[in-house]
Amino acid sequence: MADIWGAGMPHARGTVWPARVDQHLADGVTEDQVDRWVGSACLLCSNGCGCDIAVKDGRMVGIRGRATDVVNHGRLGPKGLYGSTAWAHAPDRLTRPMIRDGGLLVDCDWETAMGRVVEVSKRLLREQGPLSHGFYTSGQLFLEEYYTLAVLGKAGVGTPHMDGNTRLCTATAAAALKESFGADGQPGSYTDIEHCDAIFLYGHNMAETQTVLWARILDRTRAADPPRLVCVDPRRTKVAEEAERTGGVHLAPRVGTNLALLNGLTRELFEHGWVDHDWVREHTLGADDLRDIVEAYTPERTAEICGVAPDDLRRAARIFGESGNVLSTVLQGFYQSHQATASAVAVNNLHLLRGLIGRPGSGILQMNGQPTAQNNRECGADGDLPGFRNWDNEQHIEQLAKLWNVDPLVIPHWAPPTHAMQIFSYAEEGSIGFLWISATNPAVSMPESARIRRILDGDQCFVVVQDLFLTETARLADVVLPAAGWGEKTGTFTNVNRTVHLSDQAVEPPGEARSDLDIFLAYAEAMDFRDRDGEPLITWRTAEEAFDAWREVTRGRPVDYTGLTYEKLRGPTGIPWPVNEHAPEGTDRLYADAVFPTATETCETYGHDLLTGGAVTEQEHRALRPDGRAFLKGAQYTPAHEMPSEDYPLLYTTGRTVYQFHTRTKTARSRSLREAAPDMWVELSPVDAERLGIAEGDIVRVESPRGAFEAQARVGQVMPGAVFAPFHYGTPGLPGEVPRQANELTMTVWDPVSKQPYFKTAACRVRKIRDGGGPAPAPTTAASAPAQPGAAPATAGGALTVSRAVPVPAYPNDPSCAAEPGSR
Amino acid sequence: MYVVIYLGLVHRAEQTLAASLRTVGQGHAQHPDVLFTCQALAAMSDEHVERLTPIVARYGEQRRGAGVDEPERLHAAGLAEVRSGPVGLLRDLQDLHVLGTLVQTTWTVVRQAAQGLRDHDLIEVCEFASAQNSRQLSWLNTRMKAAAPQALIVSR
Ligand code: SF4
Repeated sequence: MADIWGAGMPHARGTVWPARVDQHLADGVTEDQVDRWVGSACLLCSNGCGCDIAVKDGRMVGIRGRATDVVNHGRLGPKGLYGSTAWAHAPDRLTRPMIRDGGLLVDCDWETAMGRVVEVSKRLLREQGPLSHGFYTSGQLFLEEYYTLAVLGKAGVGTPHMDGNTRLCTATAAAALKESFGADGQPGSYTDIEHCDAIFLYGHNMAETQTVLWARILDRTRAADPPRLVCVDPRRTKVAEEAERTGGVHLAPRVGTNLALLNGLTRELFEHGWVDHDWVREHTLGADDLRDIVEAYTPERTAEICGVAPDDLRRAARIFGESGNVLSTVLQGFYQSHQATASAVAVNNLHLLRGLIGRPGSGILQMNGQPTAQNNRECGADGDLPGFRNWDNEQHIEQLAKLWNVDPLVIPHWAPPTHAMQIFSYAEEGSIGFLWISATNPAVSMPESARIRRILDGDQCFVVVQDLFLTETARLADVVLPAAGWGEKTGTFTNVNRTVHLSDQAVEPPGEARSDLDIFLAYAEAMDFRDRDGEPLITWRTAEEAFDAWREVTRGRPVDYTGLTYEKLRGPTGIPWPVNEHAPEGTDRLYADAVFPTATETCETYGHDLLTGGAVTEQEHRALRPDGRAFLKGAQYTPAHEMPSEDYPLLYTTGRTVYQFHTRTKTARSRSLREAAPDMWVELSPVDAERLGIAEGDIVRVESPRGAFEAQARVGQVMPGAVFAPFHYGTPGLPGEVPRQANELTMTVWDPVSKQPYFKTAACRVRKIRDGGGPAPAPTTAASAPAQPGAAPATAGGALTVSRAVPVPAYPNDPSCAAEPGSR
Repeated sequence: MYVVIYLGLVHRAEQTLAASLRTVGQGHAQHPDVLFTCQALAAMSDEHVERLTPIVARYGEQRRGAGVDEPERLHAAGLAEVRSGPVGLLRDLQDLHVLGTLVQTTWTVVRQAAQGLRDHDLIEVCEFASAQNSRQLSWLNTRMKAAAPQALIVSR
């Protein structure tokens, strides 16, 4: 547990990342007792490591990495190893549907539960029409489930109110890719790590959020010719330490000033001539406007806004400007912030200005926070349309209408699909009277928890929750449906790197739990959704049939699955889309030809004003004639919406910790992970702690204008003036209990383009309540380590993991393998 | 020179638009995007006023001119208070749009004159303000389109 990234396997630039198989079996299970291994991929972060699930006596008892998989080359991290299977046989799994009766949730059978759901749904459709319905889903279902949900929601019910918690984690990634390149989809690949000269991590604590990917980077930075790292993060994370160790820079901008920083970096590129003018002229639009926008952000002015040294900014810009190949990765530090899309787009701009895209080593990874967020975006169960189609393009709607055999007007497309925060507002005012939440826990994960609890608890809206456990959200529902989880059902999912994996069913779900696919199909059938000819709208029954239907939806679109089948996915490795007759083995990187999907007929969006979110119209887009050129777009920095004040003098920011995932629905049920990071804490800088008379482990109360929580203080590594809290911890919800959720404090406010709420910018105050009698329950192995080494006992424990180095297989599409066929 | 009347008009109209945007933003603060975007859009109008000020000073702003006694009659009234509820929000956004359109056409008219006068500074201000004004209108349009179905069909 303490060894988060595993033993290093350093290797030289341009050579294949070595393979090593990591394996963990439950206590008392030995390898020869395993009945069978079932192919899958890990579902505990967006990295999507290929793996096999160990099955013994009908139970999932462990996991091992797949050496042949392009994503992880056999490795797994602590969450994957310790957190993948333990939850499955937790005693508190939901095994029967429940229904609210006299204020209490009581067990019932499926017929009763589904009957209730359908009765309310039909009544509201009859009385108020489709706008009375909302669906809020996850970043963790399988592709087949999202697609089914998208069809029943958009063509069956016909509501625009569909979104996923992908809105909270990854909406900005999608928005930034769409604004710059015309459509969603990562341009780069993980193989860029082996070929780059510099890696920029923007608001991305990769060491904790995607441990295996970080191990991949460490295997380069610890070799003889390491890339230099630049880290943009207000906390001193392991990424920041590695940046300094490699001769790069750690930039710690004030919370809420990312865009000013990026404008400063962009200006430096122009000033020093680190711009490939010919490439820019040929392949982009908007360079002059961008230059005007960033003109005022001199290093000195930028430094003043951001609180970084002007020379550090210059150094970082020089590393970007002078490195042959640069890989950039972006995550929540940018996405959940003020001016999120503009900041993420600014990263794309830097690459476009230098023409650093479409070749090995020069990639952009607008990361996802969740494992199957990509599928939600592709399939359109969130605020997108299936196959990266543009809601504002009548032809695209026609295509869908034809595929589904419905009247185009049934598919809501008069405005962008409603985003999550707006869905909850409609549920608050009661104009959405039916809200179906699947596999997510908004009562803990959404901003301003108290408000969300009120909305879910009120009787203005009927709430259906479908999940594995009786989460904080499920407790507030009117109907609870028990779902099957990973390993208990079959389906595919796609990681941030566009790599599609098939996860086969390994075991039976407990009790009466059913796969999310079966639940959605049962609802569609009970609602009797029909197409134009009176035939059933949804024709598939199995996951594989749903996948085949989906493949047709992707034909001719940038996200092309037509060359994939279940059979092919049962091969040695996951396969990155597009997969079609031109690329039967998949595609390692997009835009190798510098042609972008920006043509008016093709693009997924016509774009937005990055400051206001005002939509560009089709006519305006056409007049620009983008025709395959990428957009350079900029915006002025504006101060965050809630700045520190006399009453709330500190900047509040939230984030993750390495041992937990989401609201701990799964990870809390693994003893090893639970013990490593058992409970809520809050981090203060040593300076602020001293000023406030707070010592390590003291119980403190943290307050914002919206709420408060109490937790033990870690005197840690945040910058002075900032306060950090992990967002995983919910409240058991016992009466009189003191809240301990990070989101009690966050604001209901979102980015104008991506509509992603801010979790990183708010104001707060902290005061001591009493002595804690021991150090805070924060792990010591990563960014939450105490400022004073030894102030807390080292995080350890967990049963043994077996790791063994194996010969390096040939990975399809890997540029290093092309150089050295076979192995190295 | 009637141009001064129009300088006065555009000046006043931008101020009215800024004030109205702030009123609507505050009045619908339970919609944070409305609150914060209206503030950002108001700041744009503030900036136009600021850029226009030295030019107005140069020409001298004239409140009264031959044949047009009361240019105030040309002014649209600002929004002094907001309506409530989803339909109220829609109507308020619509009013802002009307006001914004008045600002836009006024800039168009002023720019024509500025060209005739070969006043480079004024042309530049007109172009800058018109471009930003389009952004204001485009957001109002976007937001109205998103809000309309729910407000008109299912809101209570
Ligand atoms: S890095 Fe992510 S996908 Fe890989 S094992 Fe860890 S949690 Fe699972």
